[in-house]
Amino acid sequence: MSIRDRLSGNEAVAYAMKQINPDVMGAFPITPSTEIPQYFAQYVANGEVDTEYVTVESEHSSMSTCIGAEAAGARAVTATSSCGMALMWELLYVASSYRLPVTLALVNRALTGPININNDHSDSMGARDAGWIQIYAENNQEAYDNFLQAMPIGENPDVRLPVMVCQDGFITSHAVENIELEEDAAVKEFVGEYNPEHYLLKHENPLAVGPYGVSPYYMEAKMAQVQAMKNAKKVILEVAERFEKTFGRKYGFFETYRMEDAETAMVLIGSSAGTARATVDKLRAEGRKVGMIKIRVFRPFPAEELAEALSGVKAVAIMDKAESFSDNGGPLFADTRAALYDLDNRPLTVNYVYGLGGRDFRVEDATYIFDELDKIVASGSAKPYYRHIGQRG
Amino acid sequence: MNNTVEIRWHGRGGQGAKTACLLLADAAFSSGKYVQGFPEYGPERMGAPITAYNRISDDRCTVHSNIYNPDYVVVVDETLLESVDVTHGLNPDGAIIINTDKTPDEIRPMLSDYAGKVCTIDARAISEEILGKNFPNTPMLAAAVKVSGVVEPERFVSDMRASFQHKFATKPQVIEGNMLALTKSMQEVKVG
Amino acid sequence: MIHAKDINEQSTWQELTPGCEIYEPATARLTITGEWRTMAPAWEPEKCRQCLLCVPFCPDASIPVTDGKRADFDFDHCKGCGICYKVCPFQAITFGKEEK
Repeated sequence: MSIRDRLSGNEAVAYAMKQINPDVMGAFPITPSTEIPQYFAQYVANGEVDTEYVTVESEHSSMSTCIGAEAAGARAVTATSSCGMALMWELLYVASSYRLPVTLALVNRALTGPININNDHSDSMGARDAGWIQIYAENNQEAYDNFLQAMPIGENPDVRLPVMVCQDGFITSHAVENIELEEDAAVKEFVGEYNPEHYLLKHENPLAVGPYGVSPYYMEAKMAQVQAMKNAKKVILEVAERFEKTFGRKYGFFETYRMEDAETAMVLIGSSAGTARATVDKLRAEGRKVGMIKIRVFRPFPAEELAEALSGVKAVAIMDKAESFSDNGGPLFADTRAALYDLDNRPLTVNYVYGLGGRDFRVEDATYIFDELDKIVASGSAKPYYRHIGQRG
Repeated sequence: MNNTVEIRWHGRGGQGAKTACLLLADAAFSSGKYVQGFPEYGPERMGAPITAYNRISDDRCTVHSNIYNPDYVVVVDETLLESVDVTHGLNPDGAIIINTDKTPDEIRPMLSDYAGKVCTIDARAISEEILGKNFPNTPMLAAAVKVSGVVEPERFVSDMRASFQHKFATKPQVIEGNMLALTKSMQEVKVG
Repeated sequence: MIHAKDINEQSTWQELTPGCEIYEPATARLTITGEWRTMAPAWEPEKCRQCLLCVPFCPDASIPVTDGKRADFDFDHCKGCGICYKVCPFQAITFGKEEK
């Protein structure tokens, strides 16, 4: 039986952590993820969890703590944002290449500068090649649900990869909304115990972790990581199916919304998908054939599935909440556009970079983009395909 | 979406406008609604103008932008009228609720061309009289509920009692005062 | 379980362990670092009093000891540093360019 409640996104993730009762948390605060270790510290103090709560002096150390703990055979979690994640950078690669399934609650925030505490995806998008599974949430409910699914995915022996569970800073992390929580016992059963085959504290079987890998081995090690990421696709769907059977909420690589007969579509990530959803409803009521695809899993990237889902549309706006300074569009655009290349009748594509540093994305903005898509369809050209929205001038 | 009520709160850092916004979300949640309660974050400092928002609806509200055309505006600190365009985008069929000792007629000239309802409540006086301190957010919350009708008033009062009993479990002596401040505010809010 | 002895520069990526983990101790034995040597010590058993001073000084643990007595060098791992030759009180170890 689900429990009807209202929580902020940060509360929801902290609550999921409490229900999971991980062995170790590496804790260091940074806006807007600070509340996660803060709420969790209360659970520790109240004896509601028996997690080893390790307060460290930096994010470099919080991730190192998680890596050490996971290597030792423990289940480890941490939370961070923005510059905190930037300071973890080196360790992100260590966690993924050592194949240690750390779970990171990332509350997306812009990277400096100018200094800014508000939301965009520049932190996680910068880390998209770090070998982590990345799952994004539209709201508090999805942040909670994704966190519950993270460990069964990452800890699967065919995967063994760290998982980044992302939500939008302030927009969902600090917004109180309705949520369906699940009962402790059901959550514990769903998430299961972490029983790695090899770990440092298994005394009867000595283990060395993180060896030097000279050229004759490095590329093979990377190929094994590639395969793990391929395997993750299957496991993500299996876990989502089990989640739906257990708790009734459906998840996949992405969500298609009113795409059946859509002629134009918007592809985006995170909380703005909710705003796009409302826009689609509004425009559908006016008789326009519009749809929306919300990317949930960005790494591994569901290229074939996404191309299939977009194969029927005439034009698609691909929305990036991160600038990549490539002068060729943002990261979601690059991957989505590449995925569409092999379609026989591929849609026209346009990239909109939006919402940087907390710039609001409104129904009016989404409406404007659908209007622009109509113009693109009419003219048969999406040029210039690399655009920005929401800025002055 | 049509049944969604949107509310914008104006206050100053430290006055509890965000808390009042979240309490309203709580109250509406308890009455069975779908709610959003979220502050607009900037550099946080005591005294700086802050904005917070509520969406209250019978269905889950998926829009995650700020609110530009609120049905109601609540001003927790009347000195903001000088520096913030508090009625910007405000629905003329809605209302603005201001914490002030002035009457609606005295306040109206201070608002730029707003034709809708202007409501006033001296939340500071109520708070100082009953609680002994200036905690305007509880009386402002009550006035907002009374004027907007987003929560049925009797339901609101009983839910708030339960909420206070939980929140002030370690200092039950303040519960009655807060309840009194709440009901007095609902009685005294002036609609003009 | 994949053992370190079964991994070499001909192994395919499928034959590596996840994260290149190593599941047993002392796998350095499997690497023939003696190939790096240009100078080599030579042990003269008739001069050796078995004081075993050379053993703890050897940085590569290349002097095998059985039942309290050393044997000839482990040339699979001796890198020819010459420390044993320096510390031997009885000139029972000589040191010179290795003829291969």
